[in-house]
Amino acid sequence: MASRLPEVCGKFIQFEDELGAIASVIGASFSGLKAMTATSGPGVSLMLENIGLAVMTEAPCVIVDVMRGGPSTGQPTAGAQGDVMQCRWGCHGDVEIIALAPDPVQEMYDLTVEAFNLSESYRVPVFLMADANIGHMYEKLVIPPRDELRIVDRKRPACAPEDYRPYAFDGSLVPPMACFGDGYRFHSTGLTHDENGYPDMSVEGQDGLVRRLSDKIRRNAVKISKFEEVETEDCDVLVVAYGISARSAATAIRIAREKGIRAGMLRLITLWPFPDWKLEALSPSLKGVVVAEMNYGQLVREVERAVKPTKVSFVPKLGENPHRPEEILAAIRGLGA
Amino acid sequence: MNDWRATHPLRKYLRMERFPHIWCQGCGLGIIVHCYAQALKELDIDLDKIVTISGIGCAGRASGYVMTDAFHTTHGRAIPFATGVSLSRPDLKTVVISGDGDLFAIGGNHLIHAARRNVDMLVICANNFNYGMTGAQYGPTTPMGTRTPTSPRGSIERPFNLVALVAAAGATFVSRWTVFHGNMLKDTIKKGLGKRGFRFVEVISPCTTGYGRLNRMDGLEMMRRLRDASRPMRVHPTEATIDPWREIVVGTFVDEERPTYNEALEEQGSGGGWA
Repeated sequence: MASRLPEVCGKFIQFEDELGAIASVIGASFSGLKAMTATSGPGVSLMLENIGLAVMTEAPCVIVDVMRGGPSTGQPTAGAQGDVMQCRWGCHGDVEIIALAPDPVQEMYDLTVEAFNLSESYRVPVFLMADANIGHMYEKLVIPPRDELRIVDRKRPACAPEDYRPYAFDGSLVPPMACFGDGYRFHSTGLTHDENGYPDMSVEGQDGLVRRLSDKIRRNAVKISKFEEVETEDCDVLVVAYGISARSAATAIRIAREKGIRAGMLRLITLWPFPDWKLEALSPSLKGVVVAEMNYGQLVREVERAVKPTKVSFVPKLGENPHRPEEILAAIRGLGA
Repeated sequence: MNDWRATHPLRKYLRMERFPHIWCQGCGLGIIVHCYAQALKELDIDLDKIVTISGIGCAGRASGYVMTDAFHTTHGRAIPFATGVSLSRPDLKTVVISGDGDLFAIGGNHLIHAARRNVDMLVICANNFNYGMTGAQYGPTTPMGTRTPTSPRGSIERPFNLVALVAAAGATFVSRWTVFHGNMLKDTIKKGLGKRGFRFVEVISPCTTGYGRLNRMDGLEMMRRLRDASRPMRVHPTEATIDPWREIVVGTFVDEERPTYNEALEEQGSGGGWA
């Protein structure tokens, strides 16, 4: 970013710490620019305070988290998928965010664009949750011409400054956003606020704001969700995976098919909001679900909840190396297919 | 709307519907906001081109009373937020109003680095020697020996001298006044608004409910002490004594020019941003 951003009139700054980095991203976002930061799990831990501020003040921004394993400093150069729950639940209070998980390197590019589009559409922080394996990978990448990209910009207010209410509920759950210097002279705060952006310590204020901030994501979950389905039409066993784990899973289901086992894969591209509805729809015809992720059990809990009472077999993976396909294959077989 | 709101001489610069403010009787923050608004008025600045940013605490509420674009950030993060604004919109004037706890305890790291980088912003720091909003606990500015709820036997920690610290970190304009010095404070804010780079104005401000009550002083007594202890001097910032019981050296201690962060970026051809 340091070398390429200036080529497109962007600015880069190396901050003193992650707390400052994310704060400056929110400042840039409210200044009308698209802004992002990139870090890994320990950095996200430090950023959580102001990610909450971005949620509360509805600052569009993108956080790239190239995940490693923890806890604490853990293995800071080794890949893992250790932050799936941290990005979702790390902030205090009721928070809804969007998180995307790229698999091919191409998606590091495509989903970064998509992350900005979603953040601008919903005025919410969007995480790009790559595992370090994808983050460190060299692979074919096609960068399309700019005019072929779908670029979404935040909705700006059309009213006169004196009529502008920065957090007014306008039916779409996402209020139009004025930026610094636009002449709207708005006030925004991390405190619970009323529609005018002023502190509101009332019960109704908290209830109304938290519901709207969450519902703007929850009610659009189906629209936001992206996933890839591989041979799910007739499958008995469904493998749920994301990021690098989906590559091993793809090999595992191919081998399973060769051996006469009807296996399929749901590769999650959107991790949050979690696509309960998709798993609910697939699960009745399944003998079981295999979840493979590079941690000791994070998203598997969501899958278990969504597919209940279907049996779920979890294949954890700790340490640098991704799953071997045989490990996932063994779990597929173990479900009696 | 009451008549005073419609006729107040600074009504164009303040969010009149937000008054009366939340601050205690005798608190100096009202004077600081007044001086800031008066400075904006006298400079006749386009209010659409100002962003006022604050952190958490009593002083953090200052951004909510001024008629500019305004943002009330999290504890200690006003300066990095302002850095994001300053880099994105060099055409706007970025102003931070916050307290000593916010800027020098939890936010101290950001403050020294913004000063080092000479990021374009004016920082007005209300120093009341304690964490006023949360119950007068001692902080990095509390004079040694002061009894507070968290230093019941007297603080044993040596406090920061804010102007010396900020000057050492690289600020290009460093000043200190007290809320007793309304005109000087207003003139200094005007001067600060007219300059580029990292500018810092410390304002000694009484916390009557916290620091004052603990030390058995009312608002008037605290204001008298500010008057009596203040010495306007032109000295090196390290010699600008700060001891609310004996001597508070006031004045401007640093006033120099050095390329700002945005200027350095432009010089390198890495400009860009909003324009």
